Amino acid sequence: MKTRVFLVAALMLAALSLSPKTFAADITVSDAWARATPPKAKSAAAYLGLKNNSGEADQLIAVKSAIAKKTQIHRTSMENGIMKMGRVEGIDVPAGGMAMLKPGGHHVMFMGLKQQLKEGSHFPLTLVFAKAGEVTAMVKVMKPGGMGHHHHH
Amino acid sequence: MQRRLMILALLAALAVSGAALWTLNRSVPVANPSVNIGGPFRLVDHHAKPVTEADFRGRHMLVFFGYTYCPDVCPTAMQTVSEALDMLGKEAGNIRPVFISVDPDRDTPDVLKDFVANFHPSLTGLTGTPEQIKEVANAFRVYFGKVKPEGAEADEYLMNHTAGVYLMGPDGKFLTLFSHNVPPEDMAAKIKKLL
Repeated sequence: MKTRVFLVAALMLAALSLSPKTFAADITVSDAWARATPPKAKSAAAYLGLKNNSGEADQLIAVKSAIAKKTQIHRTSMENGIMKMGRVEGIDVPAGGMAMLKPGGHHVMFMGLKQQLKEGSHFPLTLVFAKAGEVTAMVKVMKPGGMGHHHHH
Repeated sequence: MQRRLMILALLAALAVSGAALWTLNRSVPVANPSVNIGGPFRLVDHHAKPVTEADFRGRHMLVFFGYTYCPDVCPTAMQTVSEALDMLGKEAGNIRPVFISVDPDRDTPDVLKDFVANFHPSLTGLTGTPEQIKEVANAFRVYFGKVKPEGAEADEYLMNHTAGVYLMGPDGKFLTLFSHNVPPEDMAAKIKKLL
């Protein structure tokens, strides 16, 4: 009986430490995903949601990954039907609020991709915040061109 | 009395033409909507086979201009096209979806082959010489231009470009233009009406 209790406690502890969400963190990252790419693709994008759990405004100021030569924060904007894409300095995450990186808007841009992103695989992405510091998230690679789990077929 | 009626009629006419102009501007973001969109072209497909507009006659064409290095809007638009085609089922057989590169320097037929395979089996990728691309882009009133983000290397440039999806008739005539972020079900419904 005692062994069983111990086992359950150990399992619970293990589950806690494995949980992707960091407890009491100032910033929580949700639904990080990227599109699967063709074998020789040189670029890719990742999308995610950011929640600021603190009472202070924060800003995503840099992104880092090992999958590409350069990892940058980019934004797509449309002007008179013309799509423009470019690097931005940062993304504000208001106190107690959210910031969304999603198709057609802000995204993490990988330039000089070193590996093919295969559907179903994961890779780590480090997000650097002005106040919360570094937060690492696992990015899930989804179906080519997919819209993430918010998109229903 | 007659004068008041005339003023009313005039106001009504103004309102109607205003509304018409507004609708046109919304659905066709080109300088002059009465200008013909589309026309002859000479390009190569993703099998490196030379093609012209004549190869696409007889079926509707769904045309998107983009570039494969584009990680955000282009794959999203191609996914929308792919999903709309799936929703159309059998009727999709009457449509040729086409991705025309505005980045011929990087988008060789080989690169396009990988790119189109990632989306829909019926998708054709087209590229050409810079002159041929300029010609076809002009014919479709498509703007494109290179931009280099800060800190990027020579081969890491991006392209600003017109990002709509054109539906062309089996005779090559322009039918409608979809916004790059149209939901696939709306695209499918409108295509169904126009087929």
